[in-house]
Amino acid sequence: MTVAVLALAAAGCGKSSSDSSGGSSESGKYSGKGIGLAYDIGGKGDQSFNDAAFAGFQKAEKEFKIGGRDVEPSDNESTADKVERLEQLAKAGYNPIIGVGFVYAPAVKEVAAKYPKVTFGIIDDSTVRAKNVADLVFHEEQASYLAGVAAAKATKKNHIGFIGGVDIPLIHKFEAGYVQGAKSVNPKIKVESQYLTQTAQEGGFSSPDKGENAATGQIDAGADVIYHAAGLSGQGVIKAAAAHRVWAIGVDSDQYKQSALAAYKQYILGSALKNVGGAVYELTKSVVEGKPLSGEVRGDLKSGGVGFADSNPRYQAMKDVVAAVDKARQDIVEGKVTVRTQ
Amino acid sequence: MKKFDRERVLLAVAGPVIALVSAILLTSVVLIASGKNPFEPYRLMLQQAAYSDVQVLIINQASMYYLAALAVAIGFRMNLFNIGVDGQYRLAAMMTAVAGANLALPGFLQIPVLLIVAIGTGAVWAGIAGVLKVTRGVSEVVATIMLNAIATSLIGYLTLSDVWGVQVGNNMTTGIMHKSGWFPGIDLGPDVGEIYGLVFLAVLMGVAYWIVLNRTRFGFDLRATGASETAAAASGVDAKRMILTAMLISGGVAGLSGLPLLLGDAHTYSLSFPTGLGFTGITIALLGRNSPVGIAFAALLIAFLDKASPALDYATPVAYEKEIATIMQGLIVFAVVVSYEAVRQWGLRRQQKRVGAELAAELAHHASQKEVAA
Repeated sequence: MTVAVLALAAAGCGKSSSDSSGGSSESGKYSGKGIGLAYDIGGKGDQSFNDAAFAGFQKAEKEFKIGGRDVEPSDNESTADKVERLEQLAKAGYNPIIGVGFVYAPAVKEVAAKYPKVTFGIIDDSTVRAKNVADLVFHEEQASYLAGVAAAKATKKNHIGFIGGVDIPLIHKFEAGYVQGAKSVNPKIKVESQYLTQTAQEGGFSSPDKGENAATGQIDAGADVIYHAAGLSGQGVIKAAAAHRVWAIGVDSDQYKQSALAAYKQYILGSALKNVGGAVYELTKSVVEGKPLSGEVRGDLKSGGVGFADSNPRYQAMKDVVAAVDKARQDIVEGKVTVRTQ
Repeated sequence: MKKFDRERVLLAVAGPVIALVSAILLTSVVLIASGKNPFEPYRLMLQQAAYSDVQVLIINQASMYYLAALAVAIGFRMNLFNIGVDGQYRLAAMMTAVAGANLALPGFLQIPVLLIVAIGTGAVWAGIAGVLKVTRGVSEVVATIMLNAIATSLIGYLTLSDVWGVQVGNNMTTGIMHKSGWFPGIDLGPDVGEIYGLVFLAVLMGVAYWIVLNRTRFGFDLRATGASETAAAASGVDAKRMILTAMLISGGVAGLSGLPLLLGDAHTYSLSFPTGLGFTGITIALLGRNSPVGIAFAALLIAFLDKASPALDYATPVAYEKEIATIMQGLIVFAVVVSYEAVRQWGLRRQQKRVGAELAAELAHHASQKEVAA
């Protein structure tokens, strides 16, 4: 009873929970309401990871002429609230439903079991295994390795820096790949490393001021290329690098092309790409076409799920750096180099 | 037995009611200013409160808020501002989760042990601030704020995988707790959800809070010291001991506030464990005027705002931003402070007037008696 009423409230169109599960029917014709995208705290508007997911969401929405809804969480919430959010999306008929960020893993697991006809996606987590769940994960360390190679080649002082948003395993992967890549060029290179906060709630991914302070500190210590994996905080890193006329390396999206960073873009050496938007788009496409993705879908250098953006003409002009990065890419794709994750 | 005092009840109720009404009105002003319907969101949120699964979410959340707010209120009663409830409950929840994952006693022993670990951790963490205050005179506000930050770092360290952490995918957890430490809840079916069993602990703590404060010598000393430290000291109360004890109790209760979720649902402490309960607890203790019943209503109200507001995002035909609820919570805090002070002053003035009138009547009485005598 309650469920039906709730479904009414959520969908507002007389569907009951039993028949509202959208999805592709036997004929392959898409009958869902669109894409449901659920962010984690500090999600939307980070110019980075979450906005990349949103870009993929918009692209799919437009291309397949379907609807969509993206929702943000509230403070102090637990998994029970995330379950509620995903369930509301499922009841309203959205398909696929994507949890942006690994904190959604337990919620996706629970709700996916209740709605077997709906396809779920979870970004950055590969622990949820179900027929109707696609684990959208990435070899971030591979892209970071390329960033490390580029940094070690571009530095003049053999001194580079890394700034992570939050001290968590996911971001440790970025650091591990970066350090390994840099050391592959110059084993004696000095790498500064710093994490902005211990928990995401303290704003490690969303505080440009923290990023700017940390970057200024590393530059003062002598680093002249700084790679950030810090979401919105990275804007401060790039700003500080530009102010001191040293290189910054962006993350997730091609930050050279971001309008918010246009003033500093000539100091952006490149960006370690993580194609979250592509993953959202591909999952939606597979659902619309009636062949939903399932299981672990891991983006790597080979598949183009991760990469290194080279839009800056100043970067392209440094032929030896470009050659070294290309060589490293080749080695990873061919399996000659395995990149550590820790 | 005290005589039922209508004026006192009126004064006690007026504060929160005025605060709520003005918070709602101000929120409506915000809605109008942003070109939205000023009343529809309330209707939508009230509609949500009628659904049983939302009710379960509200009750569960309120139980945690209640414990956190009680912890704050114990401090307030003693004129201590324990801002550190946030760090105390997170550290306590983490330690309890670690204990729960590494101890495997039978349930009737496991759960008490876990409760003791939680209370102990919270008390120790708050006790640091207490000791600093009584020995060095460090303001508990400063000490507890800093202890919050230290707790965050300590948790970060203790959940490293080479200490007590267990990595699951990209999440750091403390490992799943043994089943004997899972506190059974009231399962209302898959569509409605489960009420955490420890909701009843929150109720019990509320009762205990009332009894200790109002019916024991200790509670009297506590309130006396809170009202005037020097006066209490003059009547033989050891103020330093009271401060330390109040901090320890406040921290112990704070330590419990994460447990309904931990023992009832999450069964592990991870990166997705909620933070910020302690700060919401301050709002709730203020709104509830440190009274166990008032805090219960306030906790339910804030939990209602939290859990009913997400539906605003889905509302048809017009969706509203659920941040309306956040604005409202902020305005409530604001209005509470203003209206309590206003009501207090109004009450004082009324009292003065009444006393003045009584004195005048007495004088007049004397005067007339003199006339008669003359």
